[in-house]
Amino acid sequence: MEKQPLAQLTKISSQVRRDILRMVHAVQSGHPGASLGCTEFFVALYFNQMKHDSSFNMDGVGEDLFFLSNGHISPVWYSVLARSGYFSVEEMKTFRKLNSRLQGHPATEEHLPGVRIASGSLGQGLSAAIGAAQVKKLNQDDRLVYVLMGDGEQQEGQVWEAAMYGAHYGVDNLIATIDFNRQQIDGPTKDVMDLKDLKAKWEAFGWEVVETVEGNNMEAVLAGLEKAKSLTGKGKPVLNLLHTEMGYGVDFMVGTHKWHGIAPSDEQLANALGQLEETLGDY
Amino acid sequence: MDKTLDLKYTYTEKKDTRSGFGDGLLEAGRRNPNVVGLCADLIGSLKMGAFQKEFPERFFQVGIAEANMIGLAAGMTIGGKIPFTGTFANFSTGRVYDQIRQSVAYSDKNVKICASHAGLTLGEDGATHQILEDVGMMKMLPHMTVINPCDYNQTKAATMAIAEHEGPVYLRFGRPSWPIFTPADQKFEIGKAWKMIEGTDVTIFATGHLVWEAVVAEAMLREEGISAEVINIHTIKPLDEEAIIASVKKTGCAVSAEEHQLNGGLGDSIAQTLIRNNPAPLEYIGVNDSFGESGTPTELLEKYGLNAENIVKAAKKAIARK
Repeated sequence: MEKQPLAQLTKISSQVRRDILRMVHAVQSGHPGASLGCTEFFVALYFNQMKHDSSFNMDGVGEDLFFLSNGHISPVWYSVLARSGYFSVEEMKTFRKLNSRLQGHPATEEHLPGVRIASGSLGQGLSAAIGAAQVKKLNQDDRLVYVLMGDGEQQEGQVWEAAMYGAHYGVDNLIATIDFNRQQIDGPTKDVMDLKDLKAKWEAFGWEVVETVEGNNMEAVLAGLEKAKSLTGKGKPVLNLLHTEMGYGVDFMVGTHKWHGIAPSDEQLANALGQLEETLGDY
Repeated sequence: MDKTLDLKYTYTEKKDTRSGFGDGLLEAGRRNPNVVGLCADLIGSLKMGAFQKEFPERFFQVGIAEANMIGLAAGMTIGGKIPFTGTFANFSTGRVYDQIRQSVAYSDKNVKICASHAGLTLGEDGATHQILEDVGMMKMLPHMTVINPCDYNQTKAATMAIAEHEGPVYLRFGRPSWPIFTPADQKFEIGKAWKMIEGTDVTIFATGHLVWEAVVAEAMLREEGISAEVINIHTIKPLDEEAIIASVKKTGCAVSAEEHQLNGGLGDSIAQTLIRNNPAPLEYIGVNDSFGESGTPTELLEKYGLNAENIVKAAKKAIARK
């Protein structure tokens, strides 16, 4: 995949948002909120930052690897995988339907190219990513491992087991990102279970922390990822605290947990699509 | 044990099955550079020290964080490693069931979950550590292979065999010093039951430490003129249904023997096989819906009805039901 310039990344993001909404609408289930909020991040990774091969092999030797720990935001991942050639964009029509490779939460059981481990039950992705990163070191493979977690997911204990381990072993070929949208299913994180100072927590666990304050601004997302990359190879794992807005890009969805896991109606879809340019052609 | 018994298998040495794991892991590591080890602060108990010493760069001390260990192991398969995780059976299964289910079994990762101190024979530590549900939990998971070898030699052979098997495996072994009665040079075939003693009146299907108790029970039954067949079911999943059906067609009844809850154990799997293919009386030796307690392994096997004397009683009962 060639590195796409900023203008193209912005165009792709608009199409990915359309894909997310259309997939979730078609089956009237799925998780549009954080998918929309993480669109710039996914597009930046797959169309600019990562070295990856859409012909896909599980071991990914010589490639950067991506793991999605908060598997419920599968729509944004599926769209980006399809748009970067892992499978046909037409296959997005099968999202969450019977006999599909595009399961509600990402899985390897149906051998969907691009997915290396199942996720959905939260808190497990960081451990897997660290394991894969350590194997890259054993194999003298100098590429990086990326993983995305949710902020609500930080409430899972396993995340902190992995955080402690990553620092102990100096897993410095890893960039973990937290989608810091401050929302979870039952409401704002500060009401459900306050995360307090996440930056201080990760620093206290021995990680380098990069804060990307504008996680829905493509330039800022790229700058954050470049900064994170510059900190790899220095003995510490890197954490990218990515401030995003859930539902970004659609005026009636933005900034609320209400669109965490519900689908838009026909009218709402039409309204939302009216706000997002069709840049690459709908599937 | 009555010293006058004419046993078909004898022993000159006792050793713990976990040492068979440790020695097998070292050998597997020498044969295949992709074998890596992970341990959650129990290197001594799991006998993983020799592997750690010889392959320090391929060994990962994880600390007391079993959930993370399972996730790490799943991730380490990506790039071609063959991770062996080591901790007590309780912390290898119940504590990390969801991690195994999603990251290992559903993701079909080539992880070997190696679990020591399983069952009552853990002894004095008591019920918190004496897991009796692990086989049930593991055998329910699609893609998972479940193996419970019977002595040091078989555990060593099984450990080397699973390194060459592609796919997730649960390997269960234990703490106590136990007779070594199977050969050192045995070939371990995953999924293939081993008929250790031929018989005609009743079949005893045993797994793990209770295979030895079955061997003793066979000699006791023989003294009373009863001919028992003893089959070593080291692989609980996939189950060698063909061997089970063939044996029971001949003997007409069976006993299952395991250091596990009756619910979800080997006996359940055998019952399913028989009821579908060749219904016959089946008696169960196992723990009947209770937790264990502190005590010596021998005392516990006696109190919970898992020793040779109980297998003998069950065999007679099965024969009477024919």
